[in-house]
Amino acid sequence: MDMPTPDATILAGKERIVARLAAVLPADALITDPAETRAYECDALTAYRCPPLCAVLPRSTEEVSAVLKICHAEGVPVVPRGSGTSLAGGALPTADCVILGVARLNAVLEADYQNRFIRVQTGRTNLSVTGAVEEEDFFYAPDPSSQLACAIAGNIGMNSGGAHCLKYGVTTNNLLGVTMVLMDGTVVEIGGAHLDAPGLDLLGVICGSEGQLGVVTEATLRILRKPEGARPVLMGFDANEVAGACVSDIIKAGVLPVAIEFMDRPCIRATEAFAHAGYPDCEALLIIEVEGSEAEIDEQLGLIKQIAAKHNPVALRESQSEEESKKIWLGRKSAFGAMGQINDYMCLDGTIPVSALPLVLRRIGEMSRDYGLDVGNVFHAGDGNMHPLILFDANKPGDLEKCEAFGADILKLCVEVGGCLTGEHGVGIEKRDLMVVQFAPEDLEAQMRVKDVFDPKWLLNPAKVFPLASSAGRRAA
Amino acid sequence: MKPESEAELAEMVRGAAGPLALRGGGTRTIGRPVAGELLETGGLAGIRLYEPGALTLVAGAGTPLAEIDAALAAEGQRLPFEAPDMRGLLGTQGESTIGGVVAANASGPRRVQAGACRDSLIGVRFIDGAGTVVKNGGRVMKNVTGYDLVKLLAGSHGTLGVLSEVSFKVLPVPETAASLIVAVSDAGAAVQAMAAAMASPYEVTGAAWLPGTGVVLRIEGFAASVSYRSGKLTDLLSGFGAVEVEAGAKAGPETGPEAVAARWAAIRDVVPLQGAAGDLWRLSVKPSDAPGVLARLGAEAVMLDWAGGLIWARAAEGEDLRARLGVPGHATLVRAGAETRARIAPFQPEPAPLAAIAAGLRAKFDPRGILNPGIMG
Repeated sequence: MDMPTPDATILAGKERIVARLAAVLPADALITDPAETRAYECDALTAYRCPPLCAVLPRSTEEVSAVLKICHAEGVPVVPRGSGTSLAGGALPTADCVILGVARLNAVLEADYQNRFIRVQTGRTNLSVTGAVEEEDFFYAPDPSSQLACAIAGNIGMNSGGAHCLKYGVTTNNLLGVTMVLMDGTVVEIGGAHLDAPGLDLLGVICGSEGQLGVVTEATLRILRKPEGARPVLMGFDANEVAGACVSDIIKAGVLPVAIEFMDRPCIRATEAFAHAGYPDCEALLIIEVEGSEAEIDEQLGLIKQIAAKHNPVALRESQSEEESKKIWLGRKSAFGAMGQINDYMCLDGTIPVSALPLVLRRIGEMSRDYGLDVGNVFHAGDGNMHPLILFDANKPGDLEKCEAFGADILKLCVEVGGCLTGEHGVGIEKRDLMVVQFAPEDLEAQMRVKDVFDPKWLLNPAKVFPLASSAGRRAA
Repeated sequence: MKPESEAELAEMVRGAAGPLALRGGGTRTIGRPVAGELLETGGLAGIRLYEPGALTLVAGAGTPLAEIDAALAAEGQRLPFEAPDMRGLLGTQGESTIGGVVAANASGPRRVQAGACRDSLIGVRFIDGAGTVVKNGGRVMKNVTGYDLVKLLAGSHGTLGVLSEVSFKVLPVPETAASLIVAVSDAGAAVQAMAAAMASPYEVTGAAWLPGTGVVLRIEGFAASVSYRSGKLTDLLSGFGAVEVEAGAKAGPETGPEAVAARWAAIRDVVPLQGAAGDLWRLSVKPSDAPGVLARLGAEAVMLDWAGGLIWARAAEGEDLRARLGVPGHATLVRAGAETRARIAPFQPEPAPLAAIAAGLRAKFDPRGILNPGIMG
């Protein structure tokens, strides 16, 4: 992975830069000891590591602003970091950067049930946002699998999704407003408890900009009343294609479950061994969840089971208790971890039109044989967001490179059938150089213009999203 | 000018000698009048792709909204965000185009549950001010590849680019729908009743308050479920006033789904405020702030949508209602005479740092300042 050459002037000026930061931060908010900055050398894409110049952990928007002002004046790159759970290398440091971690900004500022929103500092974890409102029977809808650990800041940066976004949308659909600090230290308020933008929809472009437009310190999030109940059903099929056809039929029939999740045999076996969720042993498994009162759930599941019956399921089982439902979801959400128990793996995140599912699964199978690397498939079938997990051995020379080439081929296939490189994980460094597969130079140029406006010196989260060759002129300027 | 293809549109923008006044169907004449050569997008019409099984539709920006609605209805689907028909309110003619809907981010009552137009929009193709064709997003509903210019273009009223193609996530039309009418005459109580309904687990897809009628709520879904939730909501809200249920379990020709649809079309199109002279304002606030705002506005006629978060107000000509807002939010002057629109900015002026970002973006996307210049200014 190519990264820009660190700026020698910055490396040489470390002492001065650190002294300036120390002047505006409490002592425990500045980390400069190389033994400690190592903790920030990578995120969940652990194949790439680089310790930063130093790390700061501010406790207020004012401290964030003070840090950014100094970095702006010194020309020091800044890499914002939530909980460091990015699978795309979205928080990978450069040797000449300051890591700006928001982990200590974790307060709930306001919970308003009448107007159905919560305002939080963005270092707060996704699940603890729901935790703050569930006593009142409310929840925050986006639910990435890493929700126990991942921060709202990172969710906003990557526009994170989750299993239930088929019904509730992704982060951008649940984000009402932000307090954001621009690279020059200016604090701006965008949106709030009211709906829609008065002018241009800046919130819409900030969400998903991978920390390259500003550092979001506070967020106003939509909260929803919990449904009366929810119940998943497990359906096993003897072929991936059949499961895919069943999904399409359910959607066409006008039933819209909150989640339709898919797992193939390798994933089912690994997950079952790891989480004991009670999954049937079959080629392809669908987990379909519906919500409502008991009677409403019965009616919807009745319809779904009728449709499934036409596809000859080899297993069909409704969850019988809340405990069983929890186990079913725990299994799904630990699927990546379960695969990690048996091998090193690389997790992809391309999205395809649902209609292309059978073709893409078949081609992935063929490529798997050609590359000699196994693949497990687990994904959000309702919206076509795939997560092929390529298994490889990190200790075997050449295996990582082979795995990356295979991954790139899968993502190119996603684009070829009308989809995209990433559905919810973000581009980061991982898919940066594949952007040219999906976008023409003028498409990338239009996106880079947005960064020009928010961060004219291109200091925020350097070397992510855009291919280095595309952004070279701007970064040098 | 009326291009017949995206390439021709790009050529016309590239070759433009001066400002261009962009027009889809010309039904949403919001903002300051634009002095420029007329550029109509009606020639870029037609549904390019529709996959009901994938809930996605792609269409040329000039495609009439009615054509899209009809194609979706034939498969039992719809655009989720319920774009208002503004002709009655604005006294405009013509046929709304999907590109115009997107350029205005036009959303109706279902905004509270299904999101705005921008939330269903998953892809755009547009021509920037230099005449370059740009694409962003695509035809899949989960896509975080690169910056989300799709949202940025929605509601930009043509000032960042001329839309040539738009893609949507669509939804199935529920089996049936019902309205609940709660007899509430006071705005404060109305907002509380709507908040109680929205904070219930009964999935309300519309919550409006019409003075003289009361609070109107909508529930959609399978028949048995709609009936069940109507009952639950009736119990929940009976303390606010008498509750009447339209359709639901007792569906019939006068009270059936058609009557429910007609009632919500009237709310969507702001029919109660049509047909009288005066300026029209649209204010977006935190719902619980609405009663106080209404008291300060002193408007001639009002109605609330979005559980109180959207205030429609008709006021005497030339009065600046924005000055009376007094709470966070924003106010758009939707209809007024040319003199008033010259004096009072139709769109809410933004704080300096945000205005600078918006100006910076326009300068980057339209360096010559030829795309609907000043319309949002």
